[in-house]
Amino acid sequence: MSTPAKPRKQVILGAYVGGVNHHTIWSDPAAGSQIAFSTFRHVATTAERGRFDFFFLAEGLALRERQGRIFDQDIVGRPDTLPVLAALAAVTEHLGLVGTLNATFNEPYELARQLASLDHLSGGRAGWNVVTSFDAFTGRNFRRGGFLAREQRYERAGEFLAAARQLWDSWPADAIAADRDGGAFLRHPDAGSFAFSGEQFDIQGRFTTPRGPQGHPVILQAGVSPQGRDFAAAGADAIFSPYRTLAEAQPFYRDIQARATRLGRPPGSVKVLPSASFVLGDTEAEAVERHRDIARRQVTGQTAQILLESVWNRDLSGYDPDGPLPDIDPDPAGPRVIQGRAVLHQDPFATVAEWRELAAARGYSLRDLAIHVFGRTEFVGTPAQVADRIDAFVQQDGSDGFILGSHLVPSGLDEFVDTVVPLLQERGSLRAEYEGHTLRDNLGIPTPAAHTPVAGGPAQIWLSPPST
Amino acid sequence: MTTARHLHLAVALDGAGWHPAAWREPTARPEELLTARYWADLVATAESGLLDFVTFEDALALQSTDLNRHDDRVDQVRGRLDAVLIASRVAPLTHHIGLVPTATTTHTEPFHVSKAIATLDFVSEGRAGWRAQLSKPLENPHFGRRRVLPLPEPGPDGLPSPDEIADAFAEAEDFVTVVRRLWDSWEDDAEIRDAATERFVDRDKLHYVDFVGRWFSVRGPSIVPRPPQGQPLVTALGHASVPYRFGARSADVVHVTPRDADHARAVVGEIRAAQQAAGRGEETVHVFGDLVVLLGATQAAAEDRRARLDGLAGAEFTSDAPIVTGTAAQLADRLLELREAGLTGFRLRPAALPDDLDAVVRDLVPELRRRDAFRAAYEADTLRGLLGLGRPANRYAAARS
Repeated sequence: MSTPAKPRKQVILGAYVGGVNHHTIWSDPAAGSQIAFSTFRHVATTAERGRFDFFFLAEGLALRERQGRIFDQDIVGRPDTLPVLAALAAVTEHLGLVGTLNATFNEPYELARQLASLDHLSGGRAGWNVVTSFDAFTGRNFRRGGFLAREQRYERAGEFLAAARQLWDSWPADAIAADRDGGAFLRHPDAGSFAFSGEQFDIQGRFTTPRGPQGHPVILQAGVSPQGRDFAAAGADAIFSPYRTLAEAQPFYRDIQARATRLGRPPGSVKVLPSASFVLGDTEAEAVERHRDIARRQVTGQTAQILLESVWNRDLSGYDPDGPLPDIDPDPAGPRVIQGRAVLHQDPFATVAEWRELAAARGYSLRDLAIHVFGRTEFVGTPAQVADRIDAFVQQDGSDGFILGSHLVPSGLDEFVDTVVPLLQERGSLRAEYEGHTLRDNLGIPTPAAHTPVAGGPAQIWLSPPST
Repeated sequence: MTTARHLHLAVALDGAGWHPAAWREPTARPEELLTARYWADLVATAESGLLDFVTFEDALALQSTDLNRHDDRVDQVRGRLDAVLIASRVAPLTHHIGLVPTATTTHTEPFHVSKAIATLDFVSEGRAGWRAQLSKPLENPHFGRRRVLPLPEPGPDGLPSPDEIADAFAEAEDFVTVVRRLWDSWEDDAEIRDAATERFVDRDKLHYVDFVGRWFSVRGPSIVPRPPQGQPLVTALGHASVPYRFGARSADVVHVTPRDADHARAVVGEIRAAQQAAGRGEETVHVFGDLVVLLGATQAAAEDRRARLDGLAGAEFTSDAPIVTGTAAQLADRLLELREAGLTGFRLRPAALPDDLDAVVRDLVPELRRRDAFRAAYEADTLRGLLGLGRPANRYAAARS
């Protein structure tokens, strides 16, 4: 039986600047500044040269701590998301500009106008990765402290996005007449009127910022719990995926599409985007060797101990990184050893048991295990192999593309753009030239009609802290 | 080279200009007010005139002629973009001019404002400033959470009571204190990248700011390293004693609106006294006069323009700042007279954009230069440098050593 050939999907590519985590090798002689604008400019203009869809910047609102002291081993410090994206709009023309921004420690009126402003100032290239956090640790930097109960994080994020969408819809698209002769600047005296009432927000008045070129910025979301999936299916344009193998990724992809279809959204409305990295070589053997070396520089002995501490919640500095896994049980009830990084929500006892089995089966040391379980999706091979694998993963519906970062900031993306991108273009999986002007054009998603109510309304949502 | 004889010049950008009918001028670009190109063009013009900085107005409410309610007018410019983001957007396109957006202090987070301005300083390589502005009552319903604050009853005229005003400024002062501490929360050499000990930073050089106040507490440190200028410029506009005191205690530039030279002398005296009382006697605090400028080739031409604009607006133009209607030479006379009264610079509010900005650059700047009262070239790479302010020592480094 023959089936009609599926049309070739375009691979969506995002680029991010590696930041506050162990993936970035800051000690490399070629590593550049993590804060100078030239770094962000380099990555963004390289991504645009490679015809990427968007640039992505993560966020973290408190410096991480280990046992009550500031964590000093990985990159520390980063710029504020929105000003960097606005500045990048000046040095790029087509690249989407996407940032993680926290719905817990912001207010809808202020954040919605910042995103609408970025959309205007970039000619329609703004995107928002919605996250919430409920931790009192981050709250110490803000007026209200750790005000949000864990079980209210769903409510907060859902209401926040619903309020933001109402604000973005509060100006009709034709609100500005600018009729010099007739003397009417506005067509509608009530442009910007809004009123939103919920459990988290009770606000009303007039919004300051007229409708942006995209109507609403593109909405991204991370988090794979049932609530997170429903939220993405109801209201997001893209969801991050943590799945590294096709076998895990395909069921997730199908599930997201099915949930969106049930809510009446057309197929392909929610893009699925894992983050990934790459290691290239002239031969496969060279790439594999390079990858092994990079992984061991990313996960030093100390880093391995600390990564495992996030699950054990115990001081593991006394354990030999090249020896076996710690023989003690995790202590989830104890005071947090690591503060300010994404919390793994699995049962730590089950996770440790699973890791012990894995280590026994493969002969892993503590450090080997950390390299394995805290790695990310890696494409390792020659440019042709990497192009093949990326394309195959997408064409076989493991995802719609990837958000790519390199262990080397800012120049690591250069060789991908120089060698892999032309191969993806040759096979027709990546645009040779940009066709539209907005991020929605890049992603092939429609601009929302003005004054359209949002499907699903305030959704129940689980959003994990940003993948830092 | 700037000398003591030179005065400083800033321009205040807002919409199509400060006259309510400015958007109807033939040269106005009212359909472009929300585009990057519009703002980039204006700032490029200001930079071509070697001005010290531009400010960008902002508020967390729609423009209104009434402080307490929306006026529902359709005949004036309504709608704005976020000022910090406009400044960030034009930063890579400019090289010398300072960029000073307004950000409010009443409903916002000091942590966010601090990192936003620090980042503007990074993307502009040392040209960031911040005009700290209190919110108007109109903004309150946009942020329902402020209901939790016990606010005193407004006075019989509907205006805030003296207690309420004092509290609002006290909160703003706390806000600036936190923002400034966060800028210093990283020492300049905190990033060490010491591969031997696997340490990216020397954490002894990162500092908790541990601010605890009546309105908020902030732990720190910032997520952003210390910005290029150390402390980006802080400015504040005031029209009365309470805001003068706020400016004298918190700002590097205080914008004031004196009617004439005698009034300017009195205002400067009041600010200098408050500066002394705050223990800032040794620091440079600029006092800039704010003036709305409506310029013409002749006095009659300027007056004709004003009459025409007033006719379109249907009302005589008034402002909280004095309005100068005349030639560039007359404006130069006025500025030099006010300089003698103790003002060190001026923030000019163009009545119409781009016309009055063009006139400042084309006519006023050369006129001042002829009188040896303005620079002939940019003499510094940072905004603090242009204003003769040094790069301040880090308060935490000083305390540690």
